[in-house]
Amino acid sequence: MNTSASYSLAGDAWRRLLRNRAALSGLVLLVLMMLACVAGPWLTPYSHEEMNLLNSHQSPSGAHWFGTDELGRDLLTRTLIGGRISFAVALAATGVSLVIGVSYGGLSGFVGGRVDALMMRIVDVLYALPFTLLVILLVTLFERSMILLFVAIGAVEWLTMARIVRGQVMGLRNQEFIEACEVLGYSNARILFRHLLPNVLGTVIIYVTLTIPSVMLLEAFLSFLGLGVQPPMSSWGSLIKDGVGAMEDFPWLMIFPGAALFVTLLALNFLGDGLRDALDPRRGGG
Amino acid sequence: MFRFLLHRLFLQAVPTLLVLATLSFLLVRLAPGSPFASERELPQQTLDRLNETYGLDQPMHIQYGRYLAGLMRGDLGPSLKNPGRSVRELIAHALPVSLELGALALLYALGLGLTLGILAAIRPNGWGDHLAMGLALIGICIPGFVLGPLLALAFGLQLEWLPVVGWDTPADRILPVISLGSIYAAYIARLARGGMLEELSKDYIRTARAKGLTETRVILGHALRGGVQPVISFLGPAAAGLLTGAFVVEVIFQIPGLGRIIVNAALNRDQFLVLGCVLLFGALMVLFNTLVDVVLAGLNPRIRLQKEKA
Amino acid sequence: MSLLEIQDVNVTFPLREGNLRAVREVNLSLESGESLGIVGESGSGKSVCVSTLLGLVPRPPAVVSGKAWFDGVDLYACPPKVLRSIRGKRISMIFQDPMTSLNPHQRVVDQIAEPLRVHEGMSKKRARIKAVEAMESVGIPDAAERARSWPHEFSGGMRQRVMIAMAMISKPELLIADEPTTALDVTVQRQILRLISDLQKEIGMALILISHDLAVVADVCERVAVMRNGEVVEQGQTSEVLQNPRHPYTQGLLSCNPALHEPGSRLTTLEEPTS
Repeated sequence: MNTSASYSLAGDAWRRLLRNRAALSGLVLLVLMMLACVAGPWLTPYSHEEMNLLNSHQSPSGAHWFGTDELGRDLLTRTLIGGRISFAVALAATGVSLVIGVSYGGLSGFVGGRVDALMMRIVDVLYALPFTLLVILLVTLFERSMILLFVAIGAVEWLTMARIVRGQVMGLRNQEFIEACEVLGYSNARILFRHLLPNVLGTVIIYVTLTIPSVMLLEAFLSFLGLGVQPPMSSWGSLIKDGVGAMEDFPWLMIFPGAALFVTLLALNFLGDGLRDALDPRRGGG
Repeated sequence: MFRFLLHRLFLQAVPTLLVLATLSFLLVRLAPGSPFASERELPQQTLDRLNETYGLDQPMHIQYGRYLAGLMRGDLGPSLKNPGRSVRELIAHALPVSLELGALALLYALGLGLTLGILAAIRPNGWGDHLAMGLALIGICIPGFVLGPLLALAFGLQLEWLPVVGWDTPADRILPVISLGSIYAAYIARLARGGMLEELSKDYIRTARAKGLTETRVILGHALRGGVQPVISFLGPAAAGLLTGAFVVEVIFQIPGLGRIIVNAALNRDQFLVLGCVLLFGALMVLFNTLVDVVLAGLNPRIRLQKEKA
Repeated sequence: MSLLEIQDVNVTFPLREGNLRAVREVNLSLESGESLGIVGESGSGKSVCVSTLLGLVPRPPAVVSGKAWFDGVDLYACPPKVLRSIRGKRISMIFQDPMTSLNPHQRVVDQIAEPLRVHEGMSKKRARIKAVEAMESVGIPDAAERARSWPHEFSGGMRQRVMIAMAMISKPELLIADEPTTALDVTVQRQILRLISDLQKEIGMALILISHDLAVVADVCERVAVMRNGEVVEQGQTSEVLQNPRHPYTQGLLSCNPALHEPGSRLTTLEEPTS
């Protein structure tokens, strides 16, 4: 019964989203960007690893729209491939934070009482830790790999999600349809996963669209410092880092990957703001 | 107020630091391989001697005890990759530079962000609001490691107005501070606008207008106190972000701060040095968060009363 | 000439679904020292109508037409500076909810003193002394000690007294009280009404009292106007309207209040708790 309610809620939010021009253009821009990163490298006539030393440091032209780097590699192809990595890390790390945050927050809010108080106290303490530094500590101690990168980022980005989900679950718990489930003798797990969580979906979606850009920024930040994605792989962060080194003579090497990151972040922010407006009844409508 | 501080210190600050210390200690000890195993193959005897020197041959709980005792004395251990220098020494040298950079960037972000946010809130949906919020949206999408190189390229290398390397003259400070602070100015502008709009819609603002106050006095004398509270709550996370964001800015502008030390230490796997920096930053953040709470309590009489009763 | 003369006032809010005409062709007038009650159910436009006088209804979105002459000045058309010099000094206003109408971040003494500081440029010290006197005159016990308190440390009735002290401090010629007792406990309502009525007579100012409760208005006001759907359906001397209501709506209102048929019957008031 409530699943259909959540669908109609989702449908309502979707319609409001489509009416919000900023959010819609953000969504379109984001989809285009992702499509380009996924399909683009097959369409460009170059491979991202193909070196051509005779062709190094070409400025942008008809043959190489974004120019070439010091090894003569096509920057457009490399930017699109880098985008794949950036998106992959962002989505995977957000996924990790989603799983931890929703289970932790859901459990805390569902169980309530002292357990809840203790669990939230732990979140408070963790909140005060310098997390970017813990990620740096993690990548210092362990072999640098993609898996570690998104696990580390995900493991530090779940706190806000846990708080938000807990608040929502607490609010829903006391509503009548949950009491009805209890009367019907449903197991706790069934109530939690089948009935409570679908109803916090809207809030979770908003927060996910706000988490993705911050995760993406963190990945780019680490890669810029050489602590993230390792060569021969490259993400936007590491491309920007390479570009800054040669910035004085070949500024496009820094500008194009930076622009790709900027456009993606802009799209995500438009979408996040728009979703928040669409799903928040206080702001909605207007 | 004194009891509130004590409460805040012993129930929040101390546990947080203890968790941080323990967590980092466990991470370091549980990491695979010895800290010396990295590049060259060392003979077993040398390894044993090194382990003995640094106390790594002792059982875990004794190591943990020594480590905590060391922390109490402010001893952060030796730097593994800078022979003969202690972590404390390395940090003490670079910390003032990073603190200055962070503080300047915070002031810049507050000044610019509050101004834009308040101006935007005075006439919501007017052209000034759209302009300020457009700027803020662009601002939050340009991280420091993109803005920094762009500014250096434009104002340093092309126009040659400002220096792009070093930390000696006041002019050296301008580009790094703008690179670091702009994204936070953008966040603050958005928060300040939201907070002011919410405050300006409250009933007591109508009372203030009914008294015949000028709009300036209504905004600065009445709405501001409540309106800036979201901004002040954000200062804790912002300070943390500024401290870490400074890493890239220090690398870009070659500023001899903590960021460069920590990044090099991470790249060289200098575990004690990274650990020391993590703990230091944790302590700084706890300190700053306590400060923010005190300011918030000062601004909001109701919080103050509750906390004192607690 | 009357102190306040409202002529053909219309207030309209343009909405997507069409215009909402909150106030239609309202005409009211008020002599110095006179008290007028405006009665009507919520949404009848009474509150909007008087709020426009002090420019407290944002325009836009509201569209206001008509004239509101206050001592020769058209409140709707005068420059903002002139309006500011009137509000808080010559016309004061008290609002419905004393819990939200005071600034939670400012000590009550400074809020009460503010009109003096702004309109008369009085020093902080002198304005504070005057504010404490005003607190005493509205019956706040231990005024000198309580002056430095924060609004949340007062009960609802005491906060409304603070609001009244603030409104009265510059001895206005007109006080507008918009449902001043609705949010209060029944026992406190009567005391606040008495206070407003006594202060009005003491200073000799005019009063507009807005209420959805005919009994409240009947207690305090010489004249009464009944509003419904943005229009004034009936106005006249209070006793006349009560004895001989002409409009069916007024008759309906009266039949809800049997006590009004026995003039002179007043409830004894209870002492208000002081904290």
